[in-house]
Amino acid sequence: MVLRLALRQFPSPSWRSHAWHGRGEGRLLGSALAAFLLAVSVPASAALSQAGTLETVKARGVLNCGVNTGLAGFSAPDDKGEWTGIDADFCRAVAAAIFKDGGRVKFLPLNAKERFTALQSGEVDLLSRNTTWTMSRDTSLGMNFTGVMYYDGQAFMVRKSLGVASVKDLAGASICVQTGTTNEQNLADYFSANGIGYRPVVFERLIEVLAAYNTGRCDAFTTDSSQLVSERTRLPNPDDHVMLPELISKEPLGPVVRQGDAGWANIVRWVHFAMLNAEEYGVSSKNVDQMLSSPNPEIRRLLGQEGDFGKGLGLDNDWAVAVIRAAGNYGESFERNLGSGSRLGLARGRNALWKDGGLQYAPPIR
Amino acid sequence: MEGKKPPGTVGNSAGLPFSWPGLLYDTRVRGAALQVLLLIVLLLIGYEIATNTAANLRKQNIASGFGFLGRTAGFDISQTVIDYKSTSSYARAFWVGFLNTLLVAALGVVLATVLGFLIGLARLSANWLVARLATVYVEVVRNVPLLLQLFVWYVAVLRALPPPQQGLALAGGATFDVRGLHLPRPLFEGGAWWVAAALLLGIALAVGIKIWAGGRQRATGEQFPVAWMSIGLVAGLPLLAFLLAGRPLAFDYPRLGRFNFEGGLTIEPEFMALLFGLAFYTASFIAEIVRSGITGVARGQKEAAAALGLRRSQILRLVVIPQALRLIIPPLTNQYLNLTKNSSLAVAIGYPDLVAVFAGTVLNQTGQAVEVILITMGVYLALSLMTALLMNWFNARMAIIER
Repeated sequence: MVLRLALRQFPSPSWRSHAWHGRGEGRLLGSALAAFLLAVSVPASAALSQAGTLETVKARGVLNCGVNTGLAGFSAPDDKGEWTGIDADFCRAVAAAIFKDGGRVKFLPLNAKERFTALQSGEVDLLSRNTTWTMSRDTSLGMNFTGVMYYDGQAFMVRKSLGVASVKDLAGASICVQTGTTNEQNLADYFSANGIGYRPVVFERLIEVLAAYNTGRCDAFTTDSSQLVSERTRLPNPDDHVMLPELISKEPLGPVVRQGDAGWANIVRWVHFAMLNAEEYGVSSKNVDQMLSSPNPEIRRLLGQEGDFGKGLGLDNDWAVAVIRAAGNYGESFERNLGSGSRLGLARGRNALWKDGGLQYAPPIR
Repeated sequence: MEGKKPPGTVGNSAGLPFSWPGLLYDTRVRGAALQVLLLIVLLLIGYEIATNTAANLRKQNIASGFGFLGRTAGFDISQTVIDYKSTSSYARAFWVGFLNTLLVAALGVVLATVLGFLIGLARLSANWLVARLATVYVEVVRNVPLLLQLFVWYVAVLRALPPPQQGLALAGGATFDVRGLHLPRPLFEGGAWWVAAALLLGIALAVGIKIWAGGRQRATGEQFPVAWMSIGLVAGLPLLAFLLAGRPLAFDYPRLGRFNFEGGLTIEPEFMALLFGLAFYTASFIAEIVRSGITGVARGQKEAAAALGLRRSQILRLVVIPQALRLIIPPLTNQYLNLTKNSSLAVAIGYPDLVAVFAGTVLNQTGQAVEVILITMGVYLALSLMTALLMNWFNARMAIIER
């Protein structure tokens, strides 16, 4: 019992991690440490499931949110060191729902390989890091996806000068891909299904993949299409590179929480739905204060003017007001980070609301 | 320590008659009891950690156990020593990573040893320029972090090479470009095993001659040109067999395809960068070990050998090096262990070693961190212990046999 008490201190490291984006190379050590934490830290009798993540977060006063080490549009530090992007916004939205203050987030940058262990071991409360929802991740890693932030698909980028028009023309090519991603597996699946040979060139960090592609180590670079657009802007001459038309996979990217705390999963899921519903009803960060007096019952329920929907989440009734103030509605966050207001200029496409022909659809608040 | 007691008596060290409370004051009994107690506590802690881990994994609904090793891996690996496809199992992926680690470690050890001996001898050279150059090499390479050197090899040297279409043509149909070194792959045809048999026979004969010549020299003092005979046998016999068997060897030359060189044998730049990085770095330490080992042989030994009329090369080979080896081997073992463990830096430059493939991709895909890290640590521990055992055996053979 003494051992358990002593080890209980482990899962909330006090490292200040705001400016952590250039994490070093001690990966084996990192993984080993994470495995060790996983092995001994969480006492069998207490903490995560019974105390509840919400209580832990409230007691700590800050939300530990796992984000990408740097992916423009999703989560990347800007020139002032502030985290920006749709995934970073979502961290703020969840923090706002709990604390009424979107600033109470500690961002922990994680690479593809580290992210799940960080969530499992309790280092982060929420993983908001362009992570593909797959069955094995949802069922056997001790975690649950709460929704789809961005509907994506895997694409390929090549140099224009190669004259390649289709992925099927890439027989015998060297292809750069990041390890620990679904991209690596989709690549293997797609090429073996089509009976084409290729040579994988695999790196751990996206920045290394891009550098390898840039120096000609490989002919093509494959990852989720949104990431590819984002990475292309970092190449010296973006116009020399072209994206191939095929999307070879479904990549529904969404936030992830630990399995076994349904209350916490509810909060994260409904923060996302609140952002979608807000867009649908025309509530934005700019007009949310006027909307408080809106006669529309759907808006009144969303903003806590009617009913007591916050109680079911263990939050105040105006939780969604704080969410919209901190991060805006889904459409605002999308346009600011990925769409017309950003360097990426992505179209809404499949990520438009259902009523505009897209896939983003939130259940009603009632 | 206590004095000896007559066998068969049960009692304490003071020689008093046996009594139960007396045991409490017997230092031997007390010591043994404490050891047993400590062992029990350690076992309990181990048991607690194991059961706690299992319970937590179950509670968090994280899959556990080693069943995942049989499942399909679903990813490709750029360099494989054994056959591997994306439909192979995780266990197969483990072996691919393990053999890649072993390959780079084994070649690295050989290369580092050869380089280290040459540079170590160069540091002792009477030639001012050679000795200073060797010193500069040791001081620079030894004091720059290995990771940085790997990046230099990989990014500054091998990434700077031209694309495949403008690859550097080397002698014998080989080319060198940013995608690696493309060599002609030898294809052995029927009859090639005659050559292999001739090689084995040549080696056996050379060993036999050496034993025979050694005996004759001890008996009569007459010398025999063993070195020349050995070279003749080991090289000549296979060559003769090769010609007699009708040259049973062809080459598969690399040809430029649309994107890459197809066919032939490609040595990936990630492998080369890691091998060179490890070998050159470790060689700088080995050079210092060799230098100190040779300086450690007493001057009188060399002077006595010279007084006997031995040539300089003979003094080095027959008197100095055998004695220096006793000083060199133990620290050399450490360097070999370091090199093997440092090979896990492969992950930084994308070489698919055990850590990158197994503790990286497999861990990430299965999420079974505890099992994967345990296996990986076990492998490195076993590799290190085996290297140490081998070197200890070699050291025991080299030690002076005192008569």
